[in-house]
Amino acid sequence: MELLTNVLAATVVAGTPLLLVALGELICERSGVLNLGQEGMMLMGAVAGFAAALSSGSLLVGVAAAIMAGIAMSLLFAFMAVTLAANQYAAGLALTIFGTGLSAFLGAGFVGSSIDGFSRVAIPLLSDIPVLGRVFFDQDALVYTSFIAFAVVALFLRYSRGGLLLRAIGEDPEAANANGLKVLLVRYLAVAFGGGMAGLAGAYLSLAYTPLWTENMTAGRGWIALALVVFATWRPERLILGAYLFGAASILHLVLQGLGWKSSTELLAMLPYVVTILMLVLLSWNPARTRLNTPLSLGQPYRPGS
Amino acid sequence: MGLCMTAAIRLKLENIVKEYPGCRANDGIDLTVEAGEIHALLGENGAGKSTLMKVIYGVVQPDQGRIVWNGHAVHVDNPAQARRMGIGMVFQHFSLFETLTVAENIALSLPPDEARNRSQLNQRISEVSERYGMELDPRRYISTLSVGERQRVEIVRCLIQETTLLILDEPTSVLTPQEVTSLFATLRTLSKEGCSILFISHKLEEVRSLCHTATVLRQGRVSGDCQPAEISASEIARLMVGDDTPISTQVTAAEPGETLLEVRSLDWKSKDPFGTSLDNVNLDLHKGEIVGIAGVAGNGQDELLKALSGEIRADAGTISLSGQNIQTLFPDQRRKLGVAIVPEERLGRGAVPDMSLADNALLTASGQGLVERGLIRSRRVREFSREVIRRFGVRCTGENSTAGSLSGGNLQKYIIGREALQNPRLLVASHPTWGVDVGSAVAIHESLVKLRDEGAAILLISEDLDELYQLCNRLGALCDGRLSPLAPTSELHIEQLGQWMAGEFESTEVAHAVA
Amino acid sequence: MLLLERRPVASSVMRWASPLLALVLTVITGFILFLVIGKDPVEGLKFFFITPISDLPGLAELGLKMAPLLLCAAGLTVCYKAKLWNIGAEGHFLMGALGASVMAVQLSAVSGFWVLPVVLLTGVLGGMFWAAIAAGLKTHLHCNEILTTIMLNYIALNLLLYVVHGPLKDPYGFGFPQSIMFAESALLPALIEGTRLHLGLAFGLLAAVAVWVLFARSFIGFQLSVIGQDHRAAAFAGFRVRQLTWFAFLVGGATAGLAGASEVTGPIGQLVPQVSPGYGYTAIIVVFLGRMHAVGIVAASALLALTFIGGEILQIAMQMPKAVTALFQGLLLFYLLTCDAFIHYRIRLKKAAPQPRSAAVAAAPQEV
Repeated sequence: MELLTNVLAATVVAGTPLLLVALGELICERSGVLNLGQEGMMLMGAVAGFAAALSSGSLLVGVAAAIMAGIAMSLLFAFMAVTLAANQYAAGLALTIFGTGLSAFLGAGFVGSSIDGFSRVAIPLLSDIPVLGRVFFDQDALVYTSFIAFAVVALFLRYSRGGLLLRAIGEDPEAANANGLKVLLVRYLAVAFGGGMAGLAGAYLSLAYTPLWTENMTAGRGWIALALVVFATWRPERLILGAYLFGAASILHLVLQGLGWKSSTELLAMLPYVVTILMLVLLSWNPARTRLNTPLSLGQPYRPGS
Repeated sequence: MGLCMTAAIRLKLENIVKEYPGCRANDGIDLTVEAGEIHALLGENGAGKSTLMKVIYGVVQPDQGRIVWNGHAVHVDNPAQARRMGIGMVFQHFSLFETLTVAENIALSLPPDEARNRSQLNQRISEVSERYGMELDPRRYISTLSVGERQRVEIVRCLIQETTLLILDEPTSVLTPQEVTSLFATLRTLSKEGCSILFISHKLEEVRSLCHTATVLRQGRVSGDCQPAEISASEIARLMVGDDTPISTQVTAAEPGETLLEVRSLDWKSKDPFGTSLDNVNLDLHKGEIVGIAGVAGNGQDELLKALSGEIRADAGTISLSGQNIQTLFPDQRRKLGVAIVPEERLGRGAVPDMSLADNALLTASGQGLVERGLIRSRRVREFSREVIRRFGVRCTGENSTAGSLSGGNLQKYIIGREALQNPRLLVASHPTWGVDVGSAVAIHESLVKLRDEGAAILLISEDLDELYQLCNRLGALCDGRLSPLAPTSELHIEQLGQWMAGEFESTEVAHAVA
Repeated sequence: MLLLERRPVASSVMRWASPLLALVLTVITGFILFLVIGKDPVEGLKFFFITPISDLPGLAELGLKMAPLLLCAAGLTVCYKAKLWNIGAEGHFLMGALGASVMAVQLSAVSGFWVLPVVLLTGVLGGMFWAAIAAGLKTHLHCNEILTTIMLNYIALNLLLYVVHGPLKDPYGFGFPQSIMFAESALLPALIEGTRLHLGLAFGLLAAVAVWVLFARSFIGFQLSVIGQDHRAAAFAGFRVRQLTWFAFLVGGATAGLAGASEVTGPIGQLVPQVSPGYGYTAIIVVFLGRMHAVGIVAASALLALTFIGGEILQIAMQMPKAVTALFQGLLLFYLLTCDAFIHYRIRLKKAAPQPRSAAVAAAPQEV
């Protein structure tokens, strides 16, 4: 029981960065924009968050810096993909390559430094619930933030006029424009939200998960998050399940080793990526199933009046 | 002030000029619409109708000119402002969101405070739709609605916002004859209540029966104003096309030969939740005849064409060409047996927009000796392409022009020519003259008749009933993926065809059995 | 006010000017960057762009780095023309290196002219196998190829790490994760004696020629282009999209696999964990910068090879982080995509004069 609780709690921790970045990308994709630059934005968030926290001594300043860095990166992308209507795939790849390089460049001086990261704060009463209390309510502040972000995104999409606007624009920007909706503005906001969340996810890695900075520390989580959004068929409820599922996959090797399983760490380290492919297969083999929720204009450049 | 004089004039356009790179779409247009007037705006494709509409609705800004709305000069910055002023517009391509409900669609075009209370909005929608005889359920998803119902959503969306000028762009092209009658009833009611209507069309008989006045455009200018009920359709047509263009084809009688194409119990289930499935389609086509398939868009026309071309493979049933089963063959294999296809979308399916005409010849004519041992014979490709351009009168700068740079009519002539030059035994053409200027339409019709006379069997899928009645020996209709019986054109009343388009086949099957 | 306006016809001048413009902008940004971090920009740029190619060994080194980039880029060009976003060249490359190494170690005791071809072929097959997984996932299970190929890259990297830490680890290698040195018969001959430049560059140039023939002359190339430009036209024409997808992926896998094999049998001579400094990813930039054209990718692969060497020199000479290379590459792609917008669009100054009069000035005389 104790082991199970620990494993579940670790799953939530491992799933949190995925949840954060995927929630942002979900909003972004719902507006019809596919941003493949998640990895780059996360890395920039991680390095900016770490550097700011280290120099200011405040984790909150670090988090704010990470979010700003993510937004700044996403605006670069938005300029290319939304304003200039460039190929979204290429622009996203450029963002990842650029972010990887820039974060390594800026972070070169911080490799080897360490800080005291976010520590766990048990929520009174709730954390006393057997098993679930420890799993969900004895975590750090950023995990709680991810819960709030999830609720906000889910409610926003389902009930708000803004959510309606976002869905409409993602389905058909042409028609949205004919209806007088501000397509480019909404897309900019959606991309920026995605950037902020990716930055926050990066901060989670460098300020809470492993409070230090190393090059490429995201290890493909930005890409996994993209697969996660497909897996969730653009629905937040499925997204949170998926995030923890992937979280579980990424700590599976620790569990197996803990159980005395003898296997090479390199082989076990493949697991999250293999699981990602399997999930994609499971979801994609029947195209009709994903069709219902896919934002129809996803990935297609659009400029009003042309 | 002269208010009494101008109060009756709802909209006045003065000297509207709008220029696009390389083309002057509106060249000094004047137009006046009175309150309660149903005003037709007539003209060929490319005459500048759509641009003028977009100017009025604030989608584009004119380079010159003045818009006077209810006696005040205005500047319409965007559609939202136009709607606030009381101008509503129904585009030919609906701007509805399929994955949202009727109410959600309407809510998006209302100011936020009016849309907030959803149950109140639902009630308003029901009220408006009942009052004007347009039944609608606000809770249904757009994807589940027929084209006619979608048009109602568009109109209700305008009416719910106190619209005093309703602009309708080719509204009847997507309706069955019965639906057209009911739409006209709605529009007449609106007109009596004082709402002005700007009715864009190229169907002259409709305009004559519905509209009080008409303005005819040609090449961006006003070529005439008239009262359509007072003058004949051919006089209006002359105003539209000018003096030197032939207006219609003289179609000689066909002499059908033996059976070429036999389609038996064809079934195909769509994998797309919003798609149309084909249901037990049976069809015979003889050499030397043109058979027409009518139907409202989205009732399986594209699926039937794809099943015949080989782009989709039916789940059950047979397709045979002169007794040979071609059901399992790929499109290029069918093409080798003499099946030629002209799809509805000229750009983006029939031709690749950014490729040259020569490369586009290679798209379907590679079997004409244009490729040898996997390598492209560029000289032959260019020769073939030039031959098409010459024989079918395609106006372009040569075989190196990109497909996307041609006008709709010229590209269509090129595509039909490309198929015709391959001596097809069967030609399936979908909406061949849709969006095409009158001159090209005549040329396209002539090409089809010529192919027919050379012994080819032609299946013509179209929404244009005039075209079908003019060219076809036999007619039928598709509705929801089912094909009606086929009847000789001369014996088929348009009312009957309308019932078929609405899916009412049963009554006729009895009649047929008796006959 | 500046307006972005669609050109009536795409600008072919801009199509080729854009990469040059992007390079200029990258250099300018680099200049500013050096200033900001307090280094001499002129000297920095000289170290980065000039020093590496100022003598024959330098040029040979450039060719050495060009080879894998060009090979990977040639294969990716075939995919990207058909808009198959295969970003798995890195994985194909690693699997090629892995396959070749396994075979080279197996054959370490044998000599003969056939050893090298067999080793290279194993590498090619390794790359093709990895690409085939992504192709199958796409054509039969409808999985997005971007996501599957990137996941396969991570899996390939871990597989390679496992192999050098385990089965292929040199038992006398003092515990270093690396294989034994390959036998002479399994090594690529040098192109220029006395330098490290090997036959790999010739493979790359051949691949570029093949790409040129494919797209300028062959019907397969035409079909791939149609699939890329207009999927529905390809279906209408009856092109076998599935088979052509497999073709593109397998070519991509084969060339990148050969690149990986050439790397371990060429300059390295054994399997090590850091066999690729990201050639497979950089090749993506090569393809875009080279306009998906054979001549273009040759030039672009030379330029990006330079960024690898330039980065190394800056690291030694000016104590800059190695990430300078990635930074330059990222900037270059960024600027390229921005400049590419002006192939289809142009900037126009919005004229204030001919605007229609608004309600506010409606009192003005009516004559126009």
